Amino acid sequence: MTKLDLPNYKDQSPEVKARFDDLKQRDVILDVKHLGKIFDSAKGPVTALEDINFQVHRREFVTVIGPSGCGKSTLIRTLAGLESATSGEVLLEGAAVSGPGPDRGMVFQGYTLFPWLTVKKNVMFGLRNQGVSAVEAESEALEWINLVGLEKFAEVYPDQLSGGMKQRVAIARALAAKPRILLMDEPFGALDAQTRSKMQAYLLEIWRHIDITILFITHDLDEAIYLADRILVLDAHPGRVSELIEVPVSRPRAPEQLLRPEFLAARQRLDELIHPPGQGDEEVGKLNMLRFANVGEEVQPQN
Amino acid sequence: MTSAPWLAPRIALSQQRERVLTLLSFLLPLLIWAAVSYTPFIWHPNMEITEPGSVNYFQEGMQIERETFQEEYNTQLEAGGELPQGFRANPVYLPAPHEVAIAFYTSFTTEPRRRSEQWLHESLWHSIQIIFWGFTLSSILGVPLGILSGTFAAVSRLHEPFIEFFRYLPAPAFGALAVAILGIYDGPKIAIIFIGTFFQQVLVISNTTRKLDIALLEAALTLGANRRQLLFKVVIPGVLPQLYKDQRILLGWAWTYLIVAELIGTSSGITWFITQQARYQNFDNVFAAIMMIGIIGLLSDLLLARLGKRLFPWERSSNKS
Ligand SMILES: Nc1ncnc2c1ncn2[C@@H]1O[C@H](COP(=O)(O)OP(=O)(O)OP(=O)(O)O)[C@@H](O)[C@H]1O
Ligand SMILES: [Mg+2]
Repeated sequence: MTKLDLPNYKDQSPEVKARFDDLKQRDVILDVKHLGKIFDSAKGPVTALEDINFQVHRREFVTVIGPSGCGKSTLIRTLAGLESATSGEVLLEGAAVSGPGPDRGMVFQGYTLFPWLTVKKNVMFGLRNQGVSAVEAESEALEWINLVGLEKFAEVYPDQLSGGMKQRVAIARALAAKPRILLMDEPFGALDAQTRSKMQAYLLEIWRHIDITILFITHDLDEAIYLADRILVLDAHPGRVSELIEVPVSRPRAPEQLLRPEFLAARQRLDELIHPPGQGDEEVGKLNMLRFANVGEEVQPQN
Repeated sequence: MTSAPWLAPRIALSQQRERVLTLLSFLLPLLIWAAVSYTPFIWHPNMEITEPGSVNYFQEGMQIERETFQEEYNTQLEAGGELPQGFRANPVYLPAPHEVAIAFYTSFTTEPRRRSEQWLHESLWHSIQIIFWGFTLSSILGVPLGILSGTFAAVSRLHEPFIEFFRYLPAPAFGALAVAILGIYDGPKIAIIFIGTFFQQVLVISNTTRKLDIALLEAALTLGANRRQLLFKVVIPGVLPQLYKDQRILLGWAWTYLIVAELIGTSSGITWFITQQARYQNFDNVFAAIMMIGIIGLLSDLLLARLGKRLFPWERSSNKS
């Protein structure tokens, strides 16, 4: 394998650098301090997260990536308040959070729309909980439904929607409750590649137009880079921050950028971090050699 | 479609086939019944006597085992007496389909033997009322309790272990007690239906509630739902379709307790009718009455299934039952 001649992923164009300079000036929306989480399982305590520290700025898009089981879901669930931290704390705009609340919206990997409510009523759910009148909630919900392009489906029940549409409604539902930060746990993980890339475009569009900060979990390297300002890379066992990468790709994003050198540089870096050489690669290497060996045997007699 | 095999694992049948098989499911037992009733060489263990002949204890219309009849016949043959006559018959407790079909109609039109007795439709109506009250009272307590204990572990712990124990106590065993406390009329009967339904109901419904996808609750929490909203806007609507199906099944169980319940205290309702008719050896009426229970049960369930489709429009795909 020839190594591509790529720039260093830390090199930033002036435009990108200016953007990061601006980002760092903004308010800190989410501040995670020494966060730790230990599960008491039947086989004894499992350390899922250990001393996690990072900050997310206003309107920033942070993706979280890491090997399977490294604690990504645990992290986002703890931020959402669905799990309680064992140690450390989570500050949302300076205030410590405990328990779930509408200030941290969440979109799950599985479909969690309420099947007994129409799309419109699903989107109204958060507003109604906050005591917004039905009329007001309805008109606001319809705006959000328009934003995700589902105005024709407002009166339809979720089971009549495709997977991608369901997740768009889930995004609209979460945003309608006016969270300060949107937490997304592999929201497009169950979608096919084509729908997924459409959803990425949708999400970036939405994010550009409204004041929302996003923390997005994925296990797809390209998705992590394509969406993010910064990528939080986690190590497994215990889950720890391995690196916080500033993505050197300019905005607005377009699919063509997947082949740009700075994109590939970031991708290569992620690859190194998530599949460290000498671990998983060895297995892949062996497989490749086997394949080549077979080809060799077939080819030789003809020579 | 027509070439699809009849036995394809977990594949839905075409509507036409479904209809054919539904019809068959009723026709087959009916055919067996008719075959046993109308073909003299299938079973027919008795002889019904038309001519007693010289056998002194034979009477016209009397049924007697074929062997006995044959012995008496042979005895008379040897002795040169008058020969008894008869035809092969099934025992009185197995009336033929047409007899039951006739009884189906006549049992409604026959006047009760005594003034104090009830017409059949009155008996049936009485039974339906007993079921209704027993089941309604049980549901008023059992459904909320089931939902609460499916939602809150503390509520569940507080009473489920006891209910687990109590549900093994057979409801009919409380009959005498119920009569002592509630008198001999409808009170103890309703109580038996209640006892038979309630404990199962709490367990079944709390189980149903527990099966609600917890992710829906978590989603609601991140949308700012408080505990009350969680219960009323997520748990209850979320379990409603399955709860409705559970209630239909439980109602079926309530019917099975009816017979026991109606024997307690003063016998009443359809059970009274059945025991009465059995005493008069009107087994065609007995069969008709038993079938009426089945038909009422089936029809009410079909009706409730229809209603369920209306009530839960979001359950289109899974509402087949
Ligand atoms: N409720 C729990 N009880 C015990 N251990 C748990 C629990 N939830 C998660 N864990 C453990 O914590 C670790 C992190 O799990 P988590 O689901 O957060 O990983 P993940 O990065 O989201 O994985 P994936 O990529 O598969 O989604 C795993 O080792 C897992 O077994
Ligand atoms: Mg996960």
